[in-house]
Amino acid sequence: MNWKNILFSIFLIAITGSLLTGCLTAQKSSKNALRYSAGAEPQTLDPRKSTGLPEANIEAQIFEGLTTIGPNGQPLPAVAEYWTISADGLHYKFFLRKNARWSNGDPVIAKDFEYAWKSALNPKLASEYAYQLYYLKNGEAYNKGFTDETQVGVNALDAHTLEIDLEQPTAYFLSLLAFHTYYPVHLQTVQNNDLWATEPKTLVGNGPFKITNWIHNSKIEFSQNDFYWDIDKVKIKSLEFILTESSAAELAMFENKQIDVGENIPVSEYPRLLDAGVLKINPFLGTYFFCFNTTKPPLDNPKVRKALSLAINREELIQHVTKGGQKPALAWVPYGLADAAGTADFRLVGGSYLQDNDIATARRLLAEAGYPEGQGLPVIALLYNTNEMHKAIAEAVQEMWKKNLGISVNLTNQEWKVFLNSRHKGDYQIARHGWIGDYADPMTFIDMFMSDSGNNDAQYKNPEYDRLVKAAKSASDPRLRMQIMHAAEQLLFDDAVLAPVYFYTRPLLIRPSIKGVLHSVLGVIYFKEAYIEQ
Amino acid sequence: MHFLIHRLASMFLVLFVIITATFLLMHAIPGGPFTTEKNLPEAIQKNMEERYHLNDPLWKQYADYLAHVASGDLGPSFKYENRSVNDLIRESFPVSAELGVIAIFWAICLGIPAGIIAAVYHNRWPDYIAMFLTTIGISVPGFILAALLIFVFALQLGWLPAALWEGPSSTVLPALALTGLPTAFIARLTRSGMLEVLNQDYIRTVRAKGLSQYTILTRHALKNALIPVVTYLGPLIAGILTGSFVIETIFAIPGLGRHFVTSIYNRDYTVILGITIFYSALLVTLNLLVDIVYALLDPRIKLNEGKDD
Amino acid sequence: MHITPSAFHRTPFPQEPLSTASATGTSYWQDAWRRLQNNKLAIAGLIFILLITLAAIAGPHFSGYSYADQNLPEANQPPSSMHWFGTDNLGRDLMTRVLYGARISLSIGIAASLINLTVGVLYGGIAGYAGGRIDNIMMRIVDILYGIPLLLYVILLMVVLGPGLLNIFLALGLVYWLGMARIVRGQILTIKKQEYVLAARLTGASSARILLRHLIPNSIGPILITTTLAIPEAIFTEAFLSFIGLGVSAPMASWGVLASEGVVSLRSYPFQLLYPALAISITMLSFNFLGDGLRDSLDPRMRK
Repeated sequence: MNWKNILFSIFLIAITGSLLTGCLTAQKSSKNALRYSAGAEPQTLDPRKSTGLPEANIEAQIFEGLTTIGPNGQPLPAVAEYWTISADGLHYKFFLRKNARWSNGDPVIAKDFEYAWKSALNPKLASEYAYQLYYLKNGEAYNKGFTDETQVGVNALDAHTLEIDLEQPTAYFLSLLAFHTYYPVHLQTVQNNDLWATEPKTLVGNGPFKITNWIHNSKIEFSQNDFYWDIDKVKIKSLEFILTESSAAELAMFENKQIDVGENIPVSEYPRLLDAGVLKINPFLGTYFFCFNTTKPPLDNPKVRKALSLAINREELIQHVTKGGQKPALAWVPYGLADAAGTADFRLVGGSYLQDNDIATARRLLAEAGYPEGQGLPVIALLYNTNEMHKAIAEAVQEMWKKNLGISVNLTNQEWKVFLNSRHKGDYQIARHGWIGDYADPMTFIDMFMSDSGNNDAQYKNPEYDRLVKAAKSASDPRLRMQIMHAAEQLLFDDAVLAPVYFYTRPLLIRPSIKGVLHSVLGVIYFKEAYIEQ
Repeated sequence: MHFLIHRLASMFLVLFVIITATFLLMHAIPGGPFTTEKNLPEAIQKNMEERYHLNDPLWKQYADYLAHVASGDLGPSFKYENRSVNDLIRESFPVSAELGVIAIFWAICLGIPAGIIAAVYHNRWPDYIAMFLTTIGISVPGFILAALLIFVFALQLGWLPAALWEGPSSTVLPALALTGLPTAFIARLTRSGMLEVLNQDYIRTVRAKGLSQYTILTRHALKNALIPVVTYLGPLIAGILTGSFVIETIFAIPGLGRHFVTSIYNRDYTVILGITIFYSALLVTLNLLVDIVYALLDPRIKLNEGKDD
Repeated sequence: MHITPSAFHRTPFPQEPLSTASATGTSYWQDAWRRLQNNKLAIAGLIFILLITLAAIAGPHFSGYSYADQNLPEANQPPSSMHWFGTDNLGRDLMTRVLYGARISLSIGIAASLINLTVGVLYGGIAGYAGGRIDNIMMRIVDILYGIPLLLYVILLMVVLGPGLLNIFLALGLVYWLGMARIVRGQILTIKKQEYVLAARLTGASSARILLRHLIPNSIGPILITTTLAIPEAIFTEAFLSFIGLGVSAPMASWGVLASEGVVSLRSYPFQLLYPALAISITMLSFNFLGDGLRDSLDPRMRK
């Protein structure tokens, strides 16, 4: 065979290949849709099983729970029109609105909720988020296989009445009901089809939108759900969620008018985008902090931990490094959670537990711990997971500790899952940490440091703290409950278990003409009432 | 024929070793598919491991996996609920392959002529220009090239989309970003091969015989100069067809490369193995083709030699 | 082929001598060095490489900053008389960081080329020369190493060994010679059947001598090109290894890391990408000029 023939055939294959495949795999874009960059490909759209925020954001458009979260973070009636709560806070009765319908036209009935919750707790479904339903009476026991599903505290009394029994009085249960694990599923569809959540055709929902097309790893297209009970408020005709995890791609698409809304953008671009008026800073229920391993010397000494915490200049860090309008964290529980009084904020009532950039006290504490000017202190290792922002913060803090306290810190970064493994196992000295609330109550932060908590990466063990948290969990008087949680938080700072850095915000990239997008403090985005101003 | 049978047998052995090594490696690294930021209650962890048979002894998981693979089933993804690895590859490979074919096409069509021209005009300005451009091509990696291309052609000029996979116009920038390095490398290899061949005795002989420049170049020189290019093309084609993580991420393209790297970060065991098998099978096949093309380009190369030494 | 009179026409007698027999008296290496000196671009490349090496060693002491000195209010400043290359996201002097980065990236580049030139060339050379079953086994091992995902090795190495420059060399050493081995093997398959090799064998030269004296020098073109490609590839692979956690610990940063961080802020602070990228590109240009010069002077057939 002549080389020319070889070359020629390669040429032919390439030409025909590129022409043919060009028509095969490229997708059409629909004009006039509102486009939102939604993060990674969802792992599942079965609300009983999904865990991440990208999934929750998709589900929030196509499902609706008994309640939904309002603009100020308060629970509002959704599928439930109204409800009654028993005096001891253990029994709830929900009355479903008669006009709530699934996207296939069937009415949403109480049985759909009962089935969804019970099957989510079924050990055979192996849902990662089953523990979100442990508030239900016997929810945990059933999930662990100790009892059967008839014992679980959720029952459909009739088509439109749902009765719920709780394990313990739970002050924030109404907000919890807006969480995706508490969404209903369409019983007839789900019961007979394990694959129901993978196909737009069988993905029956009860939210303002329905999915019409799902191109994996690329995009999800929505149109209005004509059967939705509150359809009059839905103004956007079609919606597209773009699936990408690249912040650079997201920004480029926004500036190229390929998307209209996004929330994962390079930090270095914040100042420019804020100036351009396209970046909106929304509150987010989370705390960024450094977690001390309280069992590893020299960090087993609370004075050393406290000194490190005090020697961070949070204001400067936020102004020059994180730049996202965050608030300096001088306590553990972030802003945005109601205290007992109703309108008061838990954080405002509790105040601050330390002073930002308090170098004098930090040096005094370090000297008291036996390391004046940092002398005699071995090199400490700070662990973070690979990410531009975490790296910049770690480098800045490393320099602050060196300058302010004379302490040498080594930085180590690890790939995400290796990092999680090291941190869970306590295989670190200081680790970067961020905690995002699961529900709108301080308890989502407070119970993390209980001795037996699976998330107590600080390896903190204090019986007094455990006692306080247990007392708060079983307290039925909201005022007393809040008081105990404040006391627990105080104890956390007496022991300096962590060095808080800032309270998260969630910057949203959005065209100024788009209004009515709701971004909850838990980070969930709702396009139900979004519209484009002409 | 004997050679082919022998090679095919060794290809299966190679695949088997790759599967085994990958299996062991991915179980050796910390973190599993269900390692998450919020630690799971033990009961739930147990339920999930039972569902995916992760609580079986490792040797049993391995044996079960091999049995599945033998029947052509790469198993379900651990991460993407109810989706099979076969589906995943079926959906995303054509996308990566399309981009790859375009990129390889340009790399060959630009790289080889550029190399020939540079060699023919050795140490004159066409040579300098070609070598300068190819050096830039080699030292600017794909992710920087991609960022610059997006900046210029999408954001500044507005001619092309910045990302996404929507229609032929969206293939241009990622294909360009992908093709830079191979084009440069092929051009350099061709140039060097041509220079060498052009100085060999037999070329001097044919030149002395008075054959035209074109005939010398095409009939005699290029054939031998192409050996290193062909060598390089084997792994290159396998790599480019199965997609580049970096380029697919930057351009938000639903390709196989993105799935592969994501699956490792996710510890999505079946997807890691499935794509590794797919890539490796492609690679060993292409390397076999490379060896066959050697023999076509240069009849002195014998494939089934060995007994004659 | 049909021979017609028109196929014949006069050509000027070739300027170069027809014979490739080496001149007596000077050794191969002396000869090569003499020829390299006449190649201006190659010498320019060599001088630049020496200069940047010198700057990497001595430069940071004269810049007046350290790679870790932060000044947060001065973050992201464009180039000025205070900071010639501007400052980074924490207000550190970018020029000092580029100079420090040179230490890491140059040593990685050199390590990668050494790995290629030793492991890769010898492995490919032996496989190609031995041929037959040995070749098959050796090349199938290469296929296997190509097939196992690099990311998995790297994560395991990071977990077992932790971060550090030496561990980067190890990670590169595991796989960075595969392309070279294939190229050399392919090249040697073609040349080992040529007359001069057969002649050498007939004179009783040992296999090692034939390989090192005849076959490898005659593959020098592709070898040098593959090496010059391996250098930038290794520099950027290091950035990826840093991402996994195997790299040099922050705040020290290599060129690869500086460039990949610069890409992120390309829109707002283009100079943060420009300088590290420029440093890499000019160094690569130098390496390539030097490589081309070496190729011309080392190739036994190019002797004039």
